[in-house]
Amino acid sequence: MKKEIILKANNISKQYRLGQIGTGTLRHDINRWWHRIRGKENPYLKIGDINDRSTKGSSDYVWALKDINFEVERGEVLGIIGKNGAGKSTLLKILSKVTAPTTGSIKSRGRIASLLEVGTGFNGEMTGRENIFLNGAILGMTKKEINSKLDEIVEFSGCERYIDTPVKRYSSGMTVRLAFAVAAFLEPEILVIDEVLAVGDAEFQKKAIGKMQDISKGEGRTVLFVSHNMAAVKSLCTMGVVMEHGTIQFNGNIDEAINFYLSSEKSDFNSNSLDEFIKNQNDDFFILKKAFLYQDDAQDNYFYTNKELLISIEYKVIKEVLGLRIGFDLVDLNSGIVIFRSFHDDLEKMSIKINEGCYLISVSIPANLLKNGVFGIKLAIGIHNVRWIVYDDDLMLKFNAINIDGLNSAYADSRPGLIMPKLSWENRNN
Amino acid sequence: MNDNNTPNDWLFEITPKNKFFSLNLNEVWQYRDLLLLFVKRDVITVYKQTVLGPLWYLIQPLFTSITFTIIFNNVAGIDTGTIPPFLFNLAGITVWNYFTACLTGTSDTFKANAAIFGKVYFPRIITPLSVVISNLVKFGIQFFIFVAFYVFYYFKGSNLTINSSLLFFPFLIVLMGLLGLGLGMLISSMVTKYRDFSYLITFGIQLLMYLSAVMYPMELIKDKLPSYGWLVEYNPLAYIIETARYMLLNVGKVSVLGLSYTLIVTIAVFFIGLLVFNKTEKSFIDTV
Repeated sequence: MKKEIILKANNISKQYRLGQIGTGTLRHDINRWWHRIRGKENPYLKIGDINDRSTKGSSDYVWALKDINFEVERGEVLGIIGKNGAGKSTLLKILSKVTAPTTGSIKSRGRIASLLEVGTGFNGEMTGRENIFLNGAILGMTKKEINSKLDEIVEFSGCERYIDTPVKRYSSGMTVRLAFAVAAFLEPEILVIDEVLAVGDAEFQKKAIGKMQDISKGEGRTVLFVSHNMAAVKSLCTMGVVMEHGTIQFNGNIDEAINFYLSSEKSDFNSNSLDEFIKNQNDDFFILKKAFLYQDDAQDNYFYTNKELLISIEYKVIKEVLGLRIGFDLVDLNSGIVIFRSFHDDLEKMSIKINEGCYLISVSIPANLLKNGVFGIKLAIGIHNVRWIVYDDDLMLKFNAINIDGLNSAYADSRPGLIMPKLSWENRNN
Repeated sequence: MNDNNTPNDWLFEITPKNKFFSLNLNEVWQYRDLLLLFVKRDVITVYKQTVLGPLWYLIQPLFTSITFTIIFNNVAGIDTGTIPPFLFNLAGITVWNYFTACLTGTSDTFKANAAIFGKVYFPRIITPLSVVISNLVKFGIQFFIFVAFYVFYYFKGSNLTINSSLLFFPFLIVLMGLLGLGLGMLISSMVTKYRDFSYLITFGIQLLMYLSAVMYPMELIKDKLPSYGWLVEYNPLAYIIETARYMLLNVGKVSVLGLSYTLIVTIAVFFIGLLVFNKTEKSFIDTV
């Protein structure tokens, strides 16, 4: 069955002028106007660099978006992901009619409501109740609609007690809850949402994501959702668009989109110091040949915390050696703290002898142990009670741990602590 | 995945430019509740946390009228005929205030509302419209004080007569609001790119007041400064104020030609303002 396309973007491009708008503006305006009355093309439309904030462009104009094409079907939840400055927010602004595209068009079969910010137009002098009406009307609701949902909104926000108090007396958390509550009861055919979920405390965030899931799954609304929170994107969206430098790099199934996004992120972790060490070692007993991390389906240096992470070390023993210990320190690179150290002979009662030859030793970090973050496997190889052979801060396998599923499937937490093990809880009647 | 075979029934289309002249009244009607809520917000929040509250609406015109009476009538000796000079000035200032409030209130629409406009879409014209309407409330309060003084002077025995043309007074106020709105929209659009206009407006309005026959009858300037009288004669505002005084106090005279001229200028300014405003609203957020 062919599904109905509710939103269609045709060659959307958006050009911005860089630098100060001021002295040059009038001259450019006159130049533009002079070209137009002679029936010529806008001279500034031809120039423009692609949107890459790290390189210095040659032109004063930049394309924040370039030839964006996509279609959204009714009932689809589209996640838009990409790095900062990839053009996501510009696209949302165009979709929500805050600014117009430079070229191209967007066609829609439904009313679009956008939520680029919670609490737009809140007035501190007015009471919570008055602000519900004002904010609701700004978002496109009629007074009648708001009236019919007022009780639900107040209840969802959890601000019953303060509803007739001016909003300027609210805590910032309460303001946000009230604002989100209004937005949550919007009923447009297409809902455009920027990262508004990154507000409020954990309890409220969960409530917010739960509400969003109801909206998209339960009520079959079409949603366009921008976020950096991969867990939220994964749990909410069905389709995904990956943006980079103002263009769409990938468009498809959400899981593939997330993988594409993660693998396209350039990793700066491939330090050469380990390679160099491997090339230039001159130990009499031990030669490190290779050390690497492996996980099914992992991309580059991104490993999922919900699967085992395999650490493999290939080495050669030149002369028989007693007490050779191969191990590693797991280091949290954000804090520099060593989380634990492990050696291959931890279970032995006494030092063991290793004959000469080539070996491959592996160990795995169990699934559901690490949390989101950047970690390092610092190799720790030495002869027990004699000396270190390989032990240096530079000799480290660095990797990103990503938490797609979170602890509970609704969202990924960011919790205190260095690790986030999944423990089995049991709760019984006594 | 092409839509060649799906019917072409798009609800709306977002394009780089607005159609040349799309007022889109339908959309404004859809957002009528927002318009009313904006008006309500403007009215109730202006003097919150002040002791005198809405009394401030009255203090400003009263003191201005007293000052004008002292300077222009007592010191400079402008003759207002049988009408008490204070009442004469109060009438002019009340009407003039409505115009300035509309103009200054709407002329920074884009700049002042950039935060909201940058985050959510609604027909932008709602904002200047709400300014014009909420100022109407303020005008109503100020007009009430004028009526109070009118009654006071009437019972004091001043020679005051009611004029039947008073029935057209609301029409005159609407005209004034439209002129302020049109000019305000025009200026607010220019301010987004060239901030110079916001400086121009603050002192421009003061200068304009002296050219708008607020504290003197139009006749007077023609007598005393015949070579510069045209400055006032070409000013549509002067006709509105002169006519308002005729309606309220039965002084001066109404120039049908002048009023027709004012009407045409107002309509022209309003539509030019609307045109420029519509053109600006699409992408001002990139330049503001």
